[in-house]
Amino acid sequence: MSDQLIYASEVFLNGLMAGVLYALVALGFVLIFKASGIFNFAQGVMALFAAMTLVGIQSGQVPFAHLINAIFGTKIHHFGWEVHSIIAIILTVLVMILLAWMVQRFIFKHLVGQEPIILFMATIGLAYLLEGVADLMWGSEIKKLDVCLAEGACLPQGINVAIDEATYNLFGYGFFIDNLDITATIIAILLVTALVIFSQYTKQGRAMRAVADDHQAALSVGVSLNYIWILVWSVAGFVALVAGIMWGAKSGVQFSLSLIALKALPVLMLGGFTSIPGAIVGGLIIGVGEKLFEFFMSSGDLAGALFGFTMNATENWFAYVLALIFLVFRPQGLFGEKIIERV
Amino acid sequence: MKYKLGTYAVAAVMAASPVMADLVFPSLSYRTGPYAAGGIPFADGYADYFTLLNERDGGIGGVETRVLECETGYNTEKGVECYEATKGEGSLVYQPLSTGITYQLIPKTTADGIPMHTMGYGRTSAANGQVFSHTFNYPANYWNGASGAINYLMSQGDIAGKKIALVYHNSAYGKEPIRTLEELSEKHGFELMLVAVDHPGQEQKSQWLQIRRERPDNVIMYGWGVMNQVAIQEAANIRYPMENFIGIWWSGSENDVLPAGDAANGYKALTFHGVGSDFPVFDDIQKYVVDAGKAAGAGDQIGTVLYNRGLYAAMLAAEAAKTAQEIHSTAEITPAMMRDGMEALEITEAKMAELGLPGFGPSFSVSCENHGGPGLIGMTQWDASAGTWSLISDFAETDMEVIQPLIDADSASYASENNIEAGC
Repeated sequence: MSDQLIYASEVFLNGLMAGVLYALVALGFVLIFKASGIFNFAQGVMALFAAMTLVGIQSGQVPFAHLINAIFGTKIHHFGWEVHSIIAIILTVLVMILLAWMVQRFIFKHLVGQEPIILFMATIGLAYLLEGVADLMWGSEIKKLDVCLAEGACLPQGINVAIDEATYNLFGYGFFIDNLDITATIIAILLVTALVIFSQYTKQGRAMRAVADDHQAALSVGVSLNYIWILVWSVAGFVALVAGIMWGAKSGVQFSLSLIALKALPVLMLGGFTSIPGAIVGGLIIGVGEKLFEFFMSSGDLAGALFGFTMNATENWFAYVLALIFLVFRPQGLFGEKIIERV
Repeated sequence: MKYKLGTYAVAAVMAASPVMADLVFPSLSYRTGPYAAGGIPFADGYADYFTLLNERDGGIGGVETRVLECETGYNTEKGVECYEATKGEGSLVYQPLSTGITYQLIPKTTADGIPMHTMGYGRTSAANGQVFSHTFNYPANYWNGASGAINYLMSQGDIAGKKIALVYHNSAYGKEPIRTLEELSEKHGFELMLVAVDHPGQEQKSQWLQIRRERPDNVIMYGWGVMNQVAIQEAANIRYPMENFIGIWWSGSENDVLPAGDAANGYKALTFHGVGSDFPVFDDIQKYVVDAGKAAGAGDQIGTVLYNRGLYAAMLAAEAAKTAQEIHSTAEITPAMMRDGMEALEITEAKMAELGLPGFGPSFSVSCENHGGPGLIGMTQWDASAGTWSLISDFAETDMEVIQPLIDADSASYASENNIEAGC
């Protein structure tokens, strides 16, 4: 194998891993859109809020400490204890369920039957509100995220030595695959499997699909729209927590986590807004496509020899170009539902 | 009735007029948005120093100072709005704290006659005071930073034939050092490898795979925000030696290294000011500001890199105001007088010691020709176990033989584009 082909194989594998991380973000959008027709602009901020809440609970931080101190002149910041990661994750899930209830109770309950654009605008407002509340609640400093299931069993990061050695023995060049990416892939597979089982084989899942298909028909057979929407927002909140953990482990938990939504948009355009497999396949295509394109264009041996110039930092725009190319041939996305409206 | 209405009108006008008794220092801060983690400590340091002057010294020259904070969210449009909203308050000097805002404000501040200080950021060629009459970027700029990094590497051994990568934020800011590094590469015979990272920099796998394949001897980073934290983590992931990884001063705060934990140990960053809180001025800040409940923030950022930078900026502004008061023999100075003070600013070791900041920054003086100062650069290194930065070199000179012609060329082009007649 030529060096370039070996390097391209490494880039391909890393693209697949990156695609899984994009898909994790896109999943949250799909769940809500599928069940309620709402494009949830706040999904990225939900990932931020969930990750901040997790770190805050883990480290025993007092919520709204700065606000309390400013009003009452106190100097409290921490409770003085630390919470185990598993308990902290459970508590964070409860907070996300509470958030789902509040979103439904105070925002969307009043907007039932409104145009999709109104619902979309409401999620923009929700995003800004949640950003502010997250900062006020947990502070805006960058926080280190350590999720450990047991002593010494924390989220792994860094090169996977086994793959490095195996590929070195095969090709004379060790592939870099991040342990965190492998973990994210396993978690994503489990998550998607759980979501499929939940939606196909549980009463609540079937009710969710019924609402997604036709909410008026679902209402007529006694499905509570209110309950289903809270359920969907809760599941999306859980998916946001998983995405927040995976992305937060790389960069620390900080405001920029909310921007990961930008990575999900081309995935949604490509995979379709209503398909869970679409989010996964779309994520993989975008991840591999953008990484291979960047590799090709930044290489003097490839792009330099062909075009006489090289390019860097192509990933952000190329992901959208790739999605647009797909849209030309399949406007509904790869797995999206084809909507036919007859006049 | 008419008399009463007239009295009310006069009272209303008086109430609406700026309070001329205060020396107003606007702070275009960003406590919200993606870069808040960096903006908050800087803004706190800037505000706390002026609070200290008020509480301990009764202000500057007997006149109280007032920090006028306006939230920009690191957004250029909001920054310009802040400038327009605050310039009528008697604002003496602007610190835009953003290269984008700086570029927008250069013509505006010049037209309005208000000086602007862009310390370690902004338009590098503003160091030429003959063209940029109201913009100052002492004591160091981006090009000094690039040269400082290369000088440091040369002090560690021969760099001829070596490969040095620049990992940069794909923006006007990130691209600033490219020209300087290209010149230096030609001069010293090292190979320059350019690696761009798009905003915000949350995903950098391709870039670090490229670095792993091409194995540069050293990596220099011009990053900001989340790009820094991800880059340091990715460098650790590919086992790139942290000792060979150098960040510009905007990639060298606690925020940047803490998320990577122990893996960030040994990472280096350039600086133009001291680190830590082992300076007498911090005792005064604790006593007069924090303990008195007058701190701008929670008081937990004192001694961090960005808090110190904000405090240093405030100190330089206060010293320029004192110089202006001396030059014009009045305590109540105007923006025009402040500009004169900035242009005549002289920072000596004795003055730094007197201010409770001995050795915190280099000695330098500003002149009409040189608004950029001497461009002396130091190197810091992160100790992950102690959780501290240490200054590991002196503030050393940079290669002005390479930098000055670049400054002259860029400022000459600005002057011709804007019909400015250069001169002092």
